[in-house]
Amino acid sequence: MALLEVEDLHVEFGSVSDPIIAVDGVQLTLEAGEVVGCVGESGSGKSVTALALMGLTEFPGRVRAHRLALAGHDLRTLSGRQHRRIVGKEIAMIFQDPLASLDPCYTVAFQLAETLRVHGTHAERSSAKLRRARALELLRQVEIPDAEARLAAFPHQLSGGMAQRVMIAMAIACNPKLLIADEPTTALDVTVQAQVLGLLLKLQRERGMALLLITHDLAVVAETAQRVYVMYAGQVVETGPVPGIFAAPLHPYTQALLAALPEHNLDRKRLKAIRGVVPGSRDRPSGCLLHPRCDYALERCRAERPRLEGARGRESRCHFPLDERGRPTHGWAPMSRVRASSP
Amino acid sequence: MIEVEESLEAVEPGPRAAGPLTEFWHAYAQSRGALVGLAIAVALVLLAIFAGALAPHSPYEQYRELTLSPPAWQGGDPRFLLGTDAVGRDILSRLIYGTRLSLLIGLISVAISLSFGIVLGVIAGYLRGWTETTIMRLMDVMLALPSLLLAIAVVAILGPGLINAMYAIAIVLVPHYVRLTRAAVIAEKAREYVLSSKIAGAGPLRVMFSTILPNCLAPLIVQATLGFSSAILDAAALGFLGLGAQPPMPEWGSMLADALEFIQRASWVVTFPGLAILVTVLAFNLMGDGLRDALDPRLKR
Repeated sequence: MALLEVEDLHVEFGSVSDPIIAVDGVQLTLEAGEVVGCVGESGSGKSVTALALMGLTEFPGRVRAHRLALAGHDLRTLSGRQHRRIVGKEIAMIFQDPLASLDPCYTVAFQLAETLRVHGTHAERSSAKLRRARALELLRQVEIPDAEARLAAFPHQLSGGMAQRVMIAMAIACNPKLLIADEPTTALDVTVQAQVLGLLLKLQRERGMALLLITHDLAVVAETAQRVYVMYAGQVVETGPVPGIFAAPLHPYTQALLAALPEHNLDRKRLKAIRGVVPGSRDRPSGCLLHPRCDYALERCRAERPRLEGARGRESRCHFPLDERGRPTHGWAPMSRVRASSP
Repeated sequence: MIEVEESLEAVEPGPRAAGPLTEFWHAYAQSRGALVGLAIAVALVLLAIFAGALAPHSPYEQYRELTLSPPAWQGGDPRFLLGTDAVGRDILSRLIYGTRLSLLIGLISVAISLSFGIVLGVIAGYLRGWTETTIMRLMDVMLALPSLLLAIAVVAILGPGLINAMYAIAIVLVPHYVRLTRAAVIAEKAREYVLSSKIAGAGPLRVMFSTILPNCLAPLIVQATLGFSSAILDAAALGFLGLGAQPPMPEWGSMLADALEFIQRASWVVTFPGLAILVTVLAFNLMGDGLRDALDPRLKR
């Protein structure tokens, strides 16, 4: 049984009659101890998916799923209190901006101890002294220099990298089975990014927890993840193992993302960009959601929405998945191309 | 080389170097008006606490042979520094005891309205939806009525008296705190630390009052200080109308009301209670302004 199973997850905002679709039928499975990347442009529904897993979709958001289970517990049927017990202990999450994620009113020690007081072991729940010792131990584990002095620090006295380390310490405080890292290094310095990422992976290996790494950064995913989900406009468009998915992408969107990497544009004057933007809630195209931006779009792409198909663990949402040479297959012919016409 | 490193470490301030209180005091002391306000407020509090020892006479004792005696420097009896009122009571002593009443009114009505205001405001800001609409429209209705008129209406229902006046003033002040709290809560609720607190499994009550509320306190402290002075003013107004403190309580507003008919003959009887109200309200307003300058990050340079 997989650690996390998500089937056909939908998240909608706005009114029932005219909903804003943020997540549209996402499939996601995570095995215990696995590092999985989730990539996509801004607005492709990565963060909303993560929050929906945590049961933290704010009113007026609505979540529907065919299956939403963590280690066999069906998260859809739990009461609020049970949900907090299980999800708060088994799933932890860290965010993009670490300084905003710490409560400015309390010290590091207090915030760490508070988590332990609720979710810690029996001994930790009863002894304040033990909680403090454990908080110190956690800070040492995340390699904060001068950990003892940092216990009494308020968040505004920490640097970004240190605050993210504190966030990681809070996240691993109750030995979660799954850590969701939502762009954990985006707001940090390049040098600190590598350290924080290294720390995350080290802790992941030591503790055998699963890590869901949400990011824009394909290079990070290529180095760290075992599998990748590529998301576009609220849908998973491709999933597969690393490095296979990068070596031979099936979906034109993955191919375009890879082509836009600065590393692949060393001999050019301008970076190769994907034209247009992710469709908003009001202008979701018919058929394949990518077709207005796709280099290979045909009439069929405009008319018919593709399904996520393919071999198990190597699926894509395209009528004409790409072959190893990066050319569309399944009878794709350039004659019937959709003209890139302005509406 | 090693020496250099050591001296660097020594210079680097520890996390405790600038405590939040020191920082706050530094910002507060920038304004002279705020310091003056604070000094007067402290003096008033001391006056209220030690009224029994400081007042030269009982506030109730009537020296019938010396009614409407002028202040000492205008040729009045030297025993009565600020003169006596129409029934021969020492005005200075009554003013000193009146401080006690005024501060008490301010404290209690602000405490009541603050606690109701915070609870309603946090609920409205956190839950949103129809709960918020209900609470906020109710507050709008209360704000639409002139505050003194509403206070008078409440006293008319509850019956005149000091305690009921406090309730009335507290009710009048509630909408201000609700609006302020709600706005602050909505702003703080969207921050990521609230989300991470929820992810750690915090229930709604903990998120509302332990995570969000402490981060919303700065504007509330300021509003409470300013509300303190308006409560004193409203209490004086109710006392003046005979709806607040009842005679022979030495309440400043009712002292004014009692002395109204002598305003031509014995101006001091009216002047000193009026000045007492003015100075007190001014002091608390100055303090509130200073607090706002010190606590509001938007006004910080």
